[in-house]
Amino acid sequence: MSATTLSPGPARDMPVARSLGRRRYRINTVIKVLCVLATFIGLAMLASILFTLLYRGVGGLALSVFTTSTLPPGSHGGLLNAIIGSLIQTLLGAAIGTPIGLMVGTYLAEYAQGSLIGNAVRFVSDVLLSAPSILIGLFVYQIAVYPFGGFSGIAGCLALAVIVIPIVVRTTEDMLRLIPATLREAVIGLGAPKWKMIVLICYRAAKQGIATGILLAVARIAGETAPLLFTSLGNFNWSVSLDKPMASLPVTIYQYAGSAFEDWVQLAWVGALLITFGVLAINIAARVLLHRAK
Amino acid sequence: MSATATSSQGSNASFSGVEARGAKTLNSAAISISNLDFFYGENRALKGVNLDLPNRQVTGMIGPSGCGKSTLLRVLNRMYDLYPGQRATGEVMMGEDNIIDPKIEVNALRARVGMVFQKPTPFPMTIFENIAFGVKLHEKLSKSAMEERVEWSLTRAALWGEVKDRLQTNAMGLSGGQQQRLCIARTIAVRPEVILLDEPTSALDPISTLKIEELIDELKQDFTIAIVTHNMQQAARCADQVAFFYLGEMVECGPAAQIFTSPKQKRTQEYVTGRFG
Repeated sequence: MSATTLSPGPARDMPVARSLGRRRYRINTVIKVLCVLATFIGLAMLASILFTLLYRGVGGLALSVFTTSTLPPGSHGGLLNAIIGSLIQTLLGAAIGTPIGLMVGTYLAEYAQGSLIGNAVRFVSDVLLSAPSILIGLFVYQIAVYPFGGFSGIAGCLALAVIVIPIVVRTTEDMLRLIPATLREAVIGLGAPKWKMIVLICYRAAKQGIATGILLAVARIAGETAPLLFTSLGNFNWSVSLDKPMASLPVTIYQYAGSAFEDWVQLAWVGALLITFGVLAINIAARVLLHRAK
Repeated sequence: MSATATSSQGSNASFSGVEARGAKTLNSAAISISNLDFFYGENRALKGVNLDLPNRQVTGMIGPSGCGKSTLLRVLNRMYDLYPGQRATGEVMMGEDNIIDPKIEVNALRARVGMVFQKPTPFPMTIFENIAFGVKLHEKLSKSAMEERVEWSLTRAALWGEVKDRLQTNAMGLSGGQQQRLCIARTIAVRPEVILLDEPTSALDPISTLKIEELIDELKQDFTIAIVTHNMQQAARCADQVAFFYLGEMVECGPAAQIFTSPKQKRTQEYVTGRFG
């Protein structure tokens, strides 16, 4: 085939086409190998973390972990106070932060579209979302620990609630915005006031997405350590009083893992195992919910 | 196209307790529009529209995309209130009330002027709750009265036979055509005087479309209907009166047969014969 004919079909110059094809094939192979390698590195780290946790943690799993509180080294203590403290602070923190987050998210999605205040609130919330959690701990220390003369479980709850708020704001706003305008118009078209549209229809249509956001927030605060160091402090004794220092799994891990006593280090591994798989379970539940929402 | 195919559904004679409200007198206009202008911000989308929707008749609105027919429909139940920057001027009289008067109570107006949209929009709840939702907004009914109202509206929407055994299942599980009839049932359950249909069949298959068209023929016994459609055969089949819109103006309005066979305006003729649009 001469080089001057303008016919469609294969490249006019076969040798050039062939070398070009080989070159593209080589580049494709290189990129593919790099991508697979990167994926493998990421997955290998996760697998290594989970494997180490299982390897070091399972050995220490015993009934006494769930039935005894933390005790001095050498006296076969458990993690009961830390587990219960974590549950109390996580659930109460979520219970305080969720309604506030829901209302702010609703305000942003339904009432503040394009308004200056709305944009400002959204910006502040996004900044809070990525604020270092130790700062949140210090903030709550200033308003709920220092003035009341001592560390307390409720201060820990408040610090966790501050972390929950921006997460719930973000997911609530996003999920409400996903609701098509046609559905909103259909509700309004029946003569419903706006608040009934939001409460009776929009929340219902977005409930799985919003629930996913709340679960992710719970998973996030369940593993937080820094905000609790300045607020609920940790407590080696059994205590469920909200006005006293309160133990929690992350803080106990922090205190035990660096200690010189073998049984404490072992308990830290167990605590890490419990918290990791708890958070993993919540994350999986959130994924399943979100999948069903779609 | 007649409605005889819906023999199992038919009239509402068996529902003694429920009657469509309808306007009292025949042969008058349910809604009378004069000098209506509509603005999207600075953009004037309707220019001095004058049009009467005759009581218990079907008014078809046709015209190319962007001509303002859907905009007009959205004026009639003040849907544009949802969006800042949209406003209407002129007069849209319904009885003694000017619909576009800011002092009008819009939620009560929307109970009198119902709307069905292009895409079916079932609410994420059961079939029964879908119908009861609108009714509860405006009336307090006993349980049995509500059940009767739900049956009445589903029957009028030619859907009762298909769903009577699964009223407590989620409405999202219905087919597209059933969902659209559910939306019509939901609208008439509130017993409006006027029903606005915004391209109600453009997302449906031919059989579902046929059912909805038969339904429209049924419903005009009790309701005044305005339908926006891109399908000229549909306008010819369903409408008593047809209005042709072009670039925000109401070009011509007349009996359906006249608009499609001997339109007075050249632009109408060009559009209905498929020369543009």
